[in-house]
Amino acid sequence: MSITIDQVAHVAKLAKLAFDEKDQEKMTRELGAILTYVDKLGELDTTGVEPMSHTSEVTNVMREDRVGTSLPREVALKNAPDAQDGYFKVPKVIK
Amino acid sequence: MEFEAVIGLEVHAQLLTESKIFTPSSARFGGDPNTQTDPVVLGLPGVLPVLNRRAVDFAMKMALATNSRITPLNTFARKHYFYPDLPKGYQISQFDLPLCTGGYIEIDLEEGGRKKIGLTRIHMEEDAGKSIHDANLAGEDTLVDLNRSGVPLIEIVSEPDIRSAREAYQYLSELKQIVTYLEICDGNMEEGSLRCDANISIRPVGESAFGVKTEVKNMNSFRNVERAINYEIERQTRMVLDGERIVQETLLWDANAGVARTMRSKEEAHDYRYFPEPDLLPLEISTAWIEEVRATLPELPRARRERLAKQYGIPEYDAEVLCATRDLADYYEEAAKHCGDPKLVSNWIMSDVLRILNEQKIDIGTFSISPQRLAGLINLILDDTISSKIAKAVFEDMLTSPEEARAIVEAKGLVQISDSGELEALIDQILADNPNQVEQFRSGKDKLFGFFVGQVMKATSGQANPQMVNDILRKKL
Repeated sequence: MSITIDQVAHVAKLAKLAFDEKDQEKMTRELGAILTYVDKLGELDTTGVEPMSHTSEVTNVMREDRVGTSLPREVALKNAPDAQDGYFKVPKVIK
Repeated sequence: MEFEAVIGLEVHAQLLTESKIFTPSSARFGGDPNTQTDPVVLGLPGVLPVLNRRAVDFAMKMALATNSRITPLNTFARKHYFYPDLPKGYQISQFDLPLCTGGYIEIDLEEGGRKKIGLTRIHMEEDAGKSIHDANLAGEDTLVDLNRSGVPLIEIVSEPDIRSAREAYQYLSELKQIVTYLEICDGNMEEGSLRCDANISIRPVGESAFGVKTEVKNMNSFRNVERAINYEIERQTRMVLDGERIVQETLLWDANAGVARTMRSKEEAHDYRYFPEPDLLPLEISTAWIEEVRATLPELPRARRERLAKQYGIPEYDAEVLCATRDLADYYEEAAKHCGDPKLVSNWIMSDVLRILNEQKIDIGTFSISPQRLAGLINLILDDTISSKIAKAVFEDMLTSPEEARAIVEAKGLVQISDSGELEALIDQILADNPNQVEQFRSGKDKLFGFFVGQVMKATSGQANPQMVNDILRKKL
């Protein structure tokens, strides 16, 4: 399976990555090679095999509904580039 | 050409757990900004989510209350998009193996009869944080509060079975009643614990294919859901009649302006790149677990309305009003149990009790008159101790007094005068004092009957038994 340069551009846009034209071609080539390699799995007959989402057979790992401690606000905001009145502050995202 | 609307609703309901869905920080509403976070909520590297069992129990309650098929093996999935109130860059949700599928919610149609609105699915997910764009607070920027981030949600996706804004309203009301009866969500649209998006298209009546749909968001009250859907149906109809093409897009409802505005077109539509969440193991839901949850289900609103109407012989309308909340229905049943006339109890609750709740802006849970005391008051009317009119005054006293109705009536000497000798003597006196009116009445001025009743009531401070006063007056005149 190969991938088109448009698909690479689309995925890059969704992931908020920017490539110049040269890098886009390189990505297309390399991703194409990876996909072709993985495609080999398609040669196996998987009729009647349930899709698997996890390799572990463990299920139902849960916790009880109890409140634990929260981070102090100043710690929560410590890594934020900007903050105001206890809020994270970011560039305006809506008109 | 006649058109019909085809509407599907996506409803998000916040679950009333103590802690968040994947981490122990508090899920309480309304804390100071960013005081309910932890490394999982903040999406810091290296953290692992762990599922809250009660969130699953609550979601399962909704699945069972809507007759859905619970998926034996659930998985979680990452839904990717970029927004400042989503620190991880993905929301943990469910995709191909959701909690349940194939349920329904029944609604009452205005024209009579009922209709089942199919549910495509209900799945569990985490809420995002809250962005504040209000210029008064945020100025030129956007502020982010992550307290809400990670609060458990269920998303209830309906089939496109809804045909009008009114039906959408009914569906949403029924849904709210179910989640509040289940006590899994407080159902407050204004505060955002219940949120609704609508997918809307129109087609000529008789056509089976769907038209191009638009999605309307940001309708933060029941009333606005109805308004926004009507607006969008009218807009689409006008476009089709004018020969314009409807484009698939997402619209934001502006309640103040009463219009829906384009938020994004299909070209910009999100491509969420779902994949299985590797940090959460699959969730197996056994029959035993399902039965355990089923055993905790309360009587659901529809069943309760029907039972109340039948058991107490009250009109369907009364049953609907009384079953608005579980607490009010409990109040009614408790009062009815202690009183000989269930319909009279219903009248008192619907008129007087609900009026006070409304005036005091309180819930029935904090109402000062217990159901037993209300029943005691009504029983005094039933056994002719007081008239309905006096009862209204005693009711007002009871609002601020812990006393039983009987004690108030006795202390204030309000017991109804039902002694016929006493009433006859009084009436003789009144007739003697008003010879002109007696003459006028006897020569045909029937209306004066009320005048005499009024005089008797005045003389007894309203305590005369009205039926006896009528009888005696008729006899003597």
